[in-house]
Amino acid sequence: MSPSRTDLPLLWTLRALAALAGAITLLIVAFLILEAWPALQTPGLSHFLTDASWFPASTTPQFNLIPMVAGTLAATLGAMLLATPLGIAAALFSRFYAPPAIASWFRRLLELLAGIPSVVYGFWGLVVLTPLIRQWAPPGQSLLAAILILSLMILPTIALLSETALRSIPRAYLQGAAALGLSRWATIRGVALPAAHCGIMSSILLAAGRAIGETMAVLMVAGNIVKVPDSLFAPVRTLTANIALELGYALDGHRAALFVSGLILLALIVLLVSMSDWIMRDDPGTAPEALTQAQVPQHG
Amino acid sequence: MSENCSPAAAESVSDDPQSQRPWMQREACCATYEPCLQVRDLAIAYAGKPALRNVTFDIPRGCITAIVGPSGCGKSSFLSSLNRLSDLTDGCRVSGSVRIEGQEIVGAEIDLIALRRQVGMIFQKPNPFPLSIRENLTFPLKHHGMSDRQAREAAVENVLRRVGLWEEVKDRLDAPALGLSGGQQQRLCLARALVLSPKVLLLDEPCSALDPLASAVVEDLIASLRGDYTVVIVTHNLAQARRIADNVAMFWLVDGAGTVVEHGRAASVFEAPANPITAAYIAGARG
Amino acid sequence: MADRIATVFMWGVALLISAVFAWIVGDLLLQGLPHLSWGFLSATPTDAGRAGGILPILVSTLLILAVCMVVAIPLGLGTAVLLSEFGRRNPLFGRLVRYSLDVLAGVPSIVFGLFGNAFFSLYLGMGFSILSGGLTLACMVLPLLIRSSETALRAVPDDYRRAAAALGLPVFATLWRILLPAATPGLIAGLVLGIGRALAETAALLFTSGYVDRMPGSLLDSGRSLSIHIYDLAMNVPGGESNAYASAVVLIMLLLIINALTFRAADRWLHQRITAV
Repeated sequence: MSPSRTDLPLLWTLRALAALAGAITLLIVAFLILEAWPALQTPGLSHFLTDASWFPASTTPQFNLIPMVAGTLAATLGAMLLATPLGIAAALFSRFYAPPAIASWFRRLLELLAGIPSVVYGFWGLVVLTPLIRQWAPPGQSLLAAILILSLMILPTIALLSETALRSIPRAYLQGAAALGLSRWATIRGVALPAAHCGIMSSILLAAGRAIGETMAVLMVAGNIVKVPDSLFAPVRTLTANIALELGYALDGHRAALFVSGLILLALIVLLVSMSDWIMRDDPGTAPEALTQAQVPQHG
Repeated sequence: MSENCSPAAAESVSDDPQSQRPWMQREACCATYEPCLQVRDLAIAYAGKPALRNVTFDIPRGCITAIVGPSGCGKSSFLSSLNRLSDLTDGCRVSGSVRIEGQEIVGAEIDLIALRRQVGMIFQKPNPFPLSIRENLTFPLKHHGMSDRQAREAAVENVLRRVGLWEEVKDRLDAPALGLSGGQQQRLCLARALVLSPKVLLLDEPCSALDPLASAVVEDLIASLRGDYTVVIVTHNLAQARRIADNVAMFWLVDGAGTVVEHGRAASVFEAPANPITAAYIAGARG
Repeated sequence: MADRIATVFMWGVALLISAVFAWIVGDLLLQGLPHLSWGFLSATPTDAGRAGGILPILVSTLLILAVCMVVAIPLGLGTAVLLSEFGRRNPLFGRLVRYSLDVLAGVPSIVFGLFGNAFFSLYLGMGFSILSGGLTLACMVLPLLIRSSETALRAVPDDYRRAAAALGLPVFATLWRILLPAATPGLIAGLVLGIGRALAETAALLFTSGYVDRMPGSLLDSGRSLSIHIYDLAMNVPGGESNAYASAVVLIMLLLIINALTFRAADRWLHQRITAV
């Protein structure tokens, strides 16, 4: 709109608000760096990879973050391996297999799953899942428990976003496949999945970001032992859980070290978000506008 | 000289709700053929790509001037440059000169609010606000400084009578305007423009989204504005232009940009077009 | 053959997901509902939360939520209005703000916790307090609020903007009387998402609003949110399980109630606006 002179105060107020909102990101980065600075100078970044172990509070502090990085990567990768096929299958089910009524119920169920707070997932994992795993292979609180809970949490993200991507495939593509007499599975494999692959990839990356950043649920089920895991049943500690566990009593260099791990997390997330943005930008068919427009159910 | 013609709508309406001005006077108003808008060498470009250029003609006061021509030759762009609504469009650049009653409105620092109060506009698709019928009219009045509630109520009744809507809606003024039919909505939009007592009315294909019956009602209404307002109407419907226009400007695409190829009295443009393009267009549309 | 296997697989996955969902919800309700009573909601916790109720925790939760929304709503709405209504007057500024918000939307909640602890609690001297926690949450829900509000405003037909501009109405009046009311259902939907996210959040509050389970006396007191209560009972209090179950049920019910109420309100509002009386 073209503002008139009487609107100028409003315009400047809005600009100030927007500048404040936009500055929060800068403020976060600035304060993370500020707090991490002592640790980045001494011992320096390389110590986080080469020190013998993680004893940040001792008189000769050791800052090896490798076990936590390994824990985060193992839990995230495991959850991705499990949740990606299931999430895509759930999206395909809702788009191509379920009758309309069931599909809409199923979507609502996925939305509810996505809305359950992570602390509730963690609690359920702690009291229901870990005892089951303990019966099988103690101690129960383990990488496996973390993977299972994380899968459960990111599955709705993958399913809902992939479903939206599948929904925005031009109907003509699917009709073309039907005209060729292709079976449902052949249509999905040959037409639907390739046509929606950008949107699906992007949903997977966003889910990976969520898995890396997840704190509470993993904290409650993973056991939190600082050690590179040697099996699925070994307890692990992730970067996020490490911060949550230790910030309460961390001082000086220890505190700075935790802020370094915060910076590492932030960098990982920015990388994933940018990759997801980049994938979507190359794909006009499933651009966000197209995603929001394609809300009308069109079955078959 | 023709101050009596340049309209103070509210006054004329309150004087005479049915607006039964004698034909003679209307004819007389238009017959004087005094320019109200003077368009000189107007050009419009979108993101550097010219859409309209070399547009020069006068729009007479108190007359209905129809802008005709094929799609995509800049008719709507032209119209939206007359109240500077073109400012809302990204990368739209207007150059040249348009004077309304001698006042330059292109470029420079002009008071947009005052300009748009003088120049009302009706769009192709009826667009009443999602407010009640009454609020659709009082909302603009309040913001143009009519603070007396009773004066506002009187203006609402006057203007609704003027567009023939009063009897239809007087019992449900507080009902949502979006509950009206398409034709009623368009008449409400016309009332909303008239309530500010503009000098000029811009109509952008005001009947094309309406069914034939509603379209006829709105068309009659527009014809009745002659003499009170300077009306500029874009229309695709040549029969409509022939029925209501006093004056016609023919737009055509020349070298990739629209321009005026012929303008003048409706009778002469329709019956004896000077330009072969106009002749062919009118003949084609007729056949 | 492959077609048949695929069909069985898809239905199998859907059944599996539904079954796990039923398992989680069923377990929570089965274990939680028996401990839920009026007394539980209206009593203070005793014995580290093993016994007693959750009244101060509910109060703290709502106060944190209130601080969060009081800050986030004007900031979010203002930014959304600027981006949607004035965005093209200054494309570079708009793009910078939007990019910054995209990044902000991806920041993990524990990193918000780090920031809130360093900035609000220590640098601004708010300590572990409801104020600090609420402000941290405000930063967190801001991108969500802005994006949903911007989408809602952009969905308002341009017809209204052109009509208002053609009548020479000031932008502020147009926003206030026409655009914001027309966008209200979408704005409310975004608000509900934001409230849901704030209510569910735990990690960002651990080191900003703190653990104290007493009734807060002011916004500068530490206050324990419902989500932290669940975490603490589950992890740090042996024998706190049954009250943790009950608290989890309360948290989920709160989320569902807010969801249902606001959507009902938006529906009714929309109905009144559009249809003829």
